[in-house]
Amino acid sequence: MSTLAQSPALPAEAAGTLETPRHLGVRRRPAALSLTVRLSVPLLLLLAWWYGSASGALSPDVLAGPGAVLGALGELIATGQLGEYLAASAVRAGLGVAVGAGLGLLLGVLSGLSALGEELIDPTMQMKRAVPFLALVPLFISWFGVQETFKVVLIAVAAAGPMYAYVYLGVRGVDRKVVEAARGFGLRGARLAFGVIIPSALPNILMALRICLSISLTGLIAAEQIGATEGIGYLVTLAQQYYRSDYMVLCIAIYAVLGLAIDLAIRGVERLAMPWRAHLAAR
Amino acid sequence: MSAVKISGLRKSFGPKTVLDGVDLEIRRGEFFALLGPSGTGKTTLLRILAGLELPDAGTVLAPPRRTTVYQEPRLVQARRTLPNVTIGLPRGSRAKGAQALAEVGLEGYGAAWPATLSGGEAQRVALARALVREPELLLLDEPFAALDALTRLQMQELVAELCARHRPAVVLVTHDVDEAVRLADRVAVLRDGRFAVEQPIELPHPRDRDDPDFIAHRRLFLSTLGVS
Repeated sequence: MSTLAQSPALPAEAAGTLETPRHLGVRRRPAALSLTVRLSVPLLLLLAWWYGSASGALSPDVLAGPGAVLGALGELIATGQLGEYLAASAVRAGLGVAVGAGLGLLLGVLSGLSALGEELIDPTMQMKRAVPFLALVPLFISWFGVQETFKVVLIAVAAAGPMYAYVYLGVRGVDRKVVEAARGFGLRGARLAFGVIIPSALPNILMALRICLSISLTGLIAAEQIGATEGIGYLVTLAQQYYRSDYMVLCIAIYAVLGLAIDLAIRGVERLAMPWRAHLAAR
Repeated sequence: MSAVKISGLRKSFGPKTVLDGVDLEIRRGEFFALLGPSGTGKTTLLRILAGLELPDAGTVLAPPRRTTVYQEPRLVQARRTLPNVTIGLPRGSRAKGAQALAEVGLEGYGAAWPATLSGGEAQRVALARALVREPELLLLDEPFAALDALTRLQMQELVAELCARHRPAVVLVTHDVDEAVRLADRVAVLRDGRFAVEQPIELPHPRDRDDPDFIAHRRLFLSTLGVS
């Protein structure tokens, strides 16, 4: 072992100066403060929108004001269309995400768990991921027509990609030593997957679900442009056709609220499904 | 001259008070070991000195240059050994880092990835990372607990040697009575939030664990810990 030259035992310049250690740890933030900060940016944006419209700085041709958009919302509610549209879209998105995410989950676990699975599945899934799902619209229409099947399949295909990628990563990230131990206790196949792998990869899986649900909104716009008479994607098409600025903004607001609802729902699921990390919501 | 001055230190987690009015003064260059059963707040005391926890009450004074070696190496897996040692140091610290690696017996390991090191080697890198900053206070949080018995003895020897050379004040938290008696100038046992025993160890180095005085110290601490 080589040695350093004798270093000075007591650095003279620092002799005698003591300090209270600066806190490096995480401080707990009061929940009320956290909520206020969380809400502040969206509320400021809303306020700017309202002020811009009220002062005339924002022309209604560029962006409809809050009043006009609320009026459009009232109209949709009064005719009962909002409920119908939301329900129709929810069924399509729900079915599509269930099928697509289920498939992505299965393939991701298989590919993440075994070398053979990875070799068989991963190259194809990576190629599939590179194909924008919107490019499949014409092909799917020629196969499935323009009815419900087409819409559900399109959303399923859109959802499968990110689910696969995140689950694969999640499964790969599960502590090998824990898996080894579980194998040692005789766990194989489905029992290993459901007992150890999937619970451990749950943070990634829920992250993937978040993304799948957001993508399903994009899928709805594409799917409901064609062969639909109801749905929140159809509403976007309508607004475009009739050039209704208030409906255009209303659509954006609906999507924003849906995004928020998805986030809250997944947070709720995280809390229920991952009690062991109650304070660490996956982002 | 003091390196650490603590008075009236209190810390609770929920209903459990782990530090209940602790007073402690450590001289510059003194090696202080803290013994105690699990969950008695030894590590909490150390984390407060490192600034990782806030005390509920009391004053804590420590030198500005403090470094910590944890129970696990805590190396950045994505960076090689030498950048791990010089992490956070100004550019141009490579030579110093390489010297520190040589001092812990890992000359030439600078380009190795942390994942390729054995547990003992990784812990020596962690020690080099702590020493390269020339700390006035070195905090050791059960740094040998995860090592095998043989490696542990070698590491104890290495730490004794390095501390004798660099003379930082040291706080060692450990479960191992022999380790404390072997290395420390003073040993305290923490129980019920206070020091139940505080005892200087005035044996010459290197210490022989079969020496009657060593055995007497061991017996005292073990009986304080409830093991006879």
